[in-house]
This record gives sequence, structure tokens and C-alpha cells, in this order.
Amino acid sequence: MKLKSRDILALEEMPREDVELILDTAGSMKEIIYRPIKKVPTLRGKTVVTLFYEASTRTRTSFELAAKYMSADTVSIATATSSVQKGETLKDTARTLRVMGSDCVIMRHPVSGSCHFLARVLDVPVINGGDGMHEHPTQGLLDMFTMRERKGRLEGLRVAIIGDVYHSRVARSNIWGLKKMGASVVVCGPATLLPPEIEKMGAEATSRVEEAVKDADVVMVLRLQLERQQRGLFPSAREYSRLWGITRERLDLAKPDALLMHPGPMNRGIEISSEVADSPQSTIEDQVTNGVAVRMAILYLLLGGGEEK
Amino acid sequence: MKLRGEPEPLLIRGGRVIDPAQGIDAEMDVLLGDGVVRQLGHDLEADGARVFEARGLWVVPGLIDMHVHLREPGEEWKEDIASGTRAAAAGGFTTVVAMANTRPPVDDASMVNSILARAAEKAVVHVLPVGAVTRGLEGKELAEMGDMAEAGAVAFSDDGHPIADAEVMRCALEYGHTFAKPIIDHCQEPSLTRDAVMHLGYWSTVLGLRGMPAVAEEIMVARDIMLARLTGGKVHIAHASTRGTVDLLRVARTEGLPVTAEATPTHLCLTDRLVHDTAYDTSTKVNPPLRAAEDVEALRRALAEGVIEAIATDHAPHHRDDKEVEYNYAAFGISGLETALPLLLTELVHTGIIPAATLVERLTAGPARILGLEAGSLRVGGCADVTVIDPGLEKSVDPDRFYSKGKNTPLAGRKLRGWPVLTVVAGQVVMREGGVLA
Repeated sequence: MKLKSRDILALEEMPREDVELILDTAGSMKEIIYRPIKKVPTLRGKTVVTLFYEASTRTRTSFELAAKYMSADTVSIATATSSVQKGETLKDTARTLRVMGSDCVIMRHPVSGSCHFLARVLDVPVINGGDGMHEHPTQGLLDMFTMRERKGRLEGLRVAIIGDVYHSRVARSNIWGLKKMGASVVVCGPATLLPPEIEKMGAEATSRVEEAVKDADVVMVLRLQLERQQRGLFPSAREYSRLWGITRERLDLAKPDALLMHPGPMNRGIEISSEVADSPQSTIEDQVTNGVAVRMAILYLLLGGGEEK
Repeated sequence: MKLRGEPEPLLIRGGRVIDPAQGIDAEMDVLLGDGVVRQLGHDLEADGARVFEARGLWVVPGLIDMHVHLREPGEEWKEDIASGTRAAAAGGFTTVVAMANTRPPVDDASMVNSILARAAEKAVVHVLPVGAVTRGLEGKELAEMGDMAEAGAVAFSDDGHPIADAEVMRCALEYGHTFAKPIIDHCQEPSLTRDAVMHLGYWSTVLGLRGMPAVAEEIMVARDIMLARLTGGKVHIAHASTRGTVDLLRVARTEGLPVTAEATPTHLCLTDRLVHDTAYDTSTKVNPPLRAAEDVEALRRALAEGVIEAIATDHAPHHRDDKEVEYNYAAFGISGLETALPLLLTELVHTGIIPAATLVERLTAGPARILGLEAGSLRVGGCADVTVIDPGLEKSVDPDRFYSKGKNTPLAGRKLRGWPVLTVVAGQVVMREGGVLA
């Protein structure tokens, strides 16, 4: 089986078959992570570049480990120490990477749509590691993988996404991906943190957290981006925590076996209480492990490992 | 304007003459001589004149674009008077009104004179300068509007920079009233559009781009209408783009206030969905942004009804380096002179949304009326500015063949039907079959 997509830019445009193929492949990749020697020769001779214009530990490390577990060479470019500081444009950076012979570029960028721009310039696969407020497709895939692993299905699940939906690329990717797979999604946060007309994407929207969480199969908490406070979108972290923070009482409104998810990093005590973050319902650590498995699957499928023999 | 000797007499024979200012829409001949329209009628004698056979073509008054950016002085790598006016000629325009936000801006009489002098030397169509409303386009102190009006400024505008301070706008309207020139306002409440790059709505939500709400425009339009009511000064709303703006204009019209408006071909024909469908192509980035389908619908209705009296391109050429970057970092603007007419014919006239005569009116007599110009008609004795259009000619948009230095258009590759085939400025043929002659 092969992916229909050449690049992984957004779950909005990803065919359902590709989502299924990635999730199925990730299942067998996960097994490798638990081996004592985590190394298979699948991508030997391939070079994967991570190009990060924004700080990230989790996503970049996850991709690098995924590549290394399959024996690819990895190069990491952090813009703080690169020629971007000398004013080099993204287009020129991309051309440089192309002529150096990289086989795949994973980019995180603060501007939405930058990965689409990069994909137009490059003739090797581009993977979106998070672009502005647009999408974070591999996070959406690893979240779906985690839900499917724990619940055995995606179809028919009710997923509540709570927090700063406006700025969240994770929320957008999850809405597209989950809707595609037959789940229902409700998003919740203060009205200033819900983007306009989000219902047209297929999600319900509410500012009442109890209403959103009630009978949910999955409660996904988003990181409150405290740096956005300067724009006055919410008055204080204290009030946010009181009105929208996920506590034991609120989580108890969900189904008894509901999962609690968070893409991390968490602001403990603000959007999520430690009591629930560390509870058995929490899948937060699984999400990290699954992230490596999903990214292994994507690299494997994009870089030729998925070709039929 | 650069002329190559005295214009020869020219007989444009057998075309469909559409001159809304005179109520003409009929097949006839047009005879030009000595730079003026000599005669309109049937079976006119050529009498030594060159003949242009126009059977099956439309013969209309030279098109007037009351809103262009020629980028000279200061940013000549993006455009200059020579390239910008050639683009105008190629697009069928015989007059362009040049906005004041050059570098340095046109904010005193010497700058107005300088633009006119440069145009006399290099332009191939008429160039009419706009003076700034405020010194340095800073929105604080009024520029010397009286001097600029005497020097030849046809209007005043800080276009590109909304006049945020209501008191400054009020003074501009009161003071400018003396000179009977409109104040053209780029209506946008800046606090609502900070860092925003497209229209606020469903597609900005999907794309994760910061959006400009329609009300950012409407608040300022409402304010300007109230200030027009207070002062009696003429307000012209540049590039109206929202349904709410149209509603406000209707109110102003009902009251008979001196408020006029223009819309661009871009906002009349394209929606914000294009940003999504082109996967963030920066050529879709324009200010005001491409709006939602219901806004486009409202603009079209307002144009048909005359609530919007003029079409202007807001031709905003940029260098490719300003556009081949991430969406947020790209410059705002579309290079519009060479695609305006074919886009409007394809989307509005051939689809039956607007009659040909209405379109011609909004591109000729409409802007002339707003600016108080003796132009926009084929009246006998008037300046021989004529545009001939082949309404059936089909061509694809090829930015590499633009005369404009700005190749920034979201229409590249799009097939359009109805192109200008002859542009005559003061009796002089400056464009024929798409090729600029001067």
C-alpha cells in the first residue's frame, strides 16, 4: 500500500484511506519502540531534515527518533543558529536543502501555510510539523491513534476539545481528522478563543465547559497560550482556570471510561489539574510514545518503504 | 503625456458605440481628429483618415481608473510611470489617477508638479495625481491641499493609511470642501485589523490566518458618512468591499449626502475561498482582503444599481521578492490594470449580471463625475480618448507578458473572454491588438 499524498501538510486534505493506512502502519511501528535494540534498516541511506522556525522539544525529538529508529540520517536546523538569522528567505533555505540532497523536510513555522509554500519549492516530501494557527497533522494522527488504541474505534466517539481553539493547530487537525473518521467533535472555550464559523468545519461549539464535557468519550485539553494574554483575549489565568480548567468534578461529567488527552506541554493548575493529568484516565504519556510510532509510519510510507514489492 | 507628434485623423468604423453619458448604445462610426472627437454618426467619410474596422467590437469612451499605484518616485523596481501607464494602455485605460503614497509621498505642490512633469515625459496615458490628506501620510496634520489642488491634484487621499483620527478627517473634509475635491478614504479601523492578513470568516478559521472583520471597514465608512453629513465635504470610499458598507452607502444615498464609492474588479469577482483553494498563494493577499461570497453578491448589486458609482483597480504592483515569502510576510496588493476589463466582462457581463452599458458607465462617466473631470464620454469636441473592446476574444492571463513590472496576480493562467484591442489617447493610438505602441 502507498499513500496518496506526496506531502503531509494538513488533515483537511488527506484522504481517509491515507489516515487509515498511517494508523494501521503505526501499530506495527510501535512494536519497534519497545524492542531492546530500537533499530531497523528500513530507511538506511535516507536523509531527513528538521527545519524548525519555532521552539519545540517534543515534536522535533519525536521526528528525529522516528527517523533514527529506521536508520535514516537526520539533520536538525534550528533557525536561531542558521543563516535565517542573516536574513535568508524560506525560499532560499529550501533551495539549499534541495541541492544538498535531503530526502524529506519536516518544518515547523510560525506562519500558517508556510509548509504549502515549502512544498511548492521542493520536490521531496514535506511534512508539516505545525504551521502557525493552521494545522499540526502528525499530532492529529497520533491523537487519533491513541484514541483508537484505547477505545478500539473512532467511529461514533464524542470528543470534547477544550481551550484556546482560536490559536490551536492541534484543534484544527483533530477536527478534520476525527470528522473524517466518523467521530463527533465539540469545541469549547471563551468566545474570544473560538474562531468564527468553526461550526462549518463540522464541530459543535460552546463556551459552557460542562455542556461540552458531558457524556464525552474523550476530553482533549489544549495548552493555554499564556503569551496570548497581551492581546486581551481573556482577563487572567486565574479566571480561566476557574471557568474552563479541567478538574476532577468536570471530568466526572464525561463517560466513566472517558480518556483525558493533552498535546503538551501542560500548564498544570491552569487548563488542567494535576489530579486528572496524572490519573489513570490520562493518556498524556501514551500520546508521546504514539507520536514516535505515527511519525515512523509516515516516514516509512513517504520515503519509499511503503512501495509494494 | 508622451505624444509622438500630432495625431492623425482616425475613423473607427461600424462598432457598437456604448457611451452611457450620452445615452448611446448603437452601431455607428466615430471620427477622431486633432486630438478630439470630431463626429459620431453613420457612414462617415474617411477623408484621408486611417480606418479601424470595428464591426463586432465595442467602441467606448477611454476607460478611467481612479485608483492606481504607480510607485514612482521611490519604488521604481516595482513600477514606474512609464511601465504603469503602458500597463494601463494595454488594459484599455486612457486615464489613471495616481495615489499619493509614493516614497516620498505626494504631500505638497512640488510633488504634484513633479508627478505631472514625469508623466509629461514618460506616460502614454493621462496621469492625474492625488495629493495626500496629511503631511507624510501620518494622519496628523493636514497637507497643503489648496496648493496641491492648484497644481493639479484631482483628489486627496492617504490611501494605504486609514485616517484613524476622526478630528483629522473632519478637518480634511471641512478644509478640502473649499477646493471641491473629494477626500478618498481607505476605510479601516486599524485596531481591528492589526496583524490580520485576510478576511475574518470561515476560511480564515480553516486556514489559521488572522482575519480582518468586515466591521473594521464599516465602522470607518459609517464615521465618514456622518462626517460628510456634518461638514458637507465630499467623501469617496476607496475599494468598498463589504455588504455592510453597501448598506451604509444606501443610507447616505437616501439622504443625498456627498458620499461616493468605488469597488475593484478583484472584490467584485473573487472571494476569500481563493486563499484556501490556491493553498495560501500570496497573490491573493490584498487590502481590503478578498471577502465572503455574500459581500461579493452585495457589491455586484450595488454596482448594478449605481450605489457604487465607479470601478477602480487599486493596481498595486509588487516585486516578486515581496510575494515569494510566507503569507504573513507578503506585501498586500494585486497588479490589476491589465486584467480588470477582461475579468469584469467574463464574470459580470457575459454572465448577464450587469449590462455592458452599466459596466462601461462605471469605468468612464462614473469616475469622471466623482472627480469632476471633463472625460468619460465620446462627446463631439471632447478629448479623443477611446477604448475598443473585442467582447468575444478569449485569452489566458499571462503575467510574464504584462507591461506592468508587477506580475502579482491570482488570475495567472485563467482564461478570460473580452479584451481591449485598441486604446486611443488624445487621438493617438497607444495600444493595438494588445501591443503598446509608444
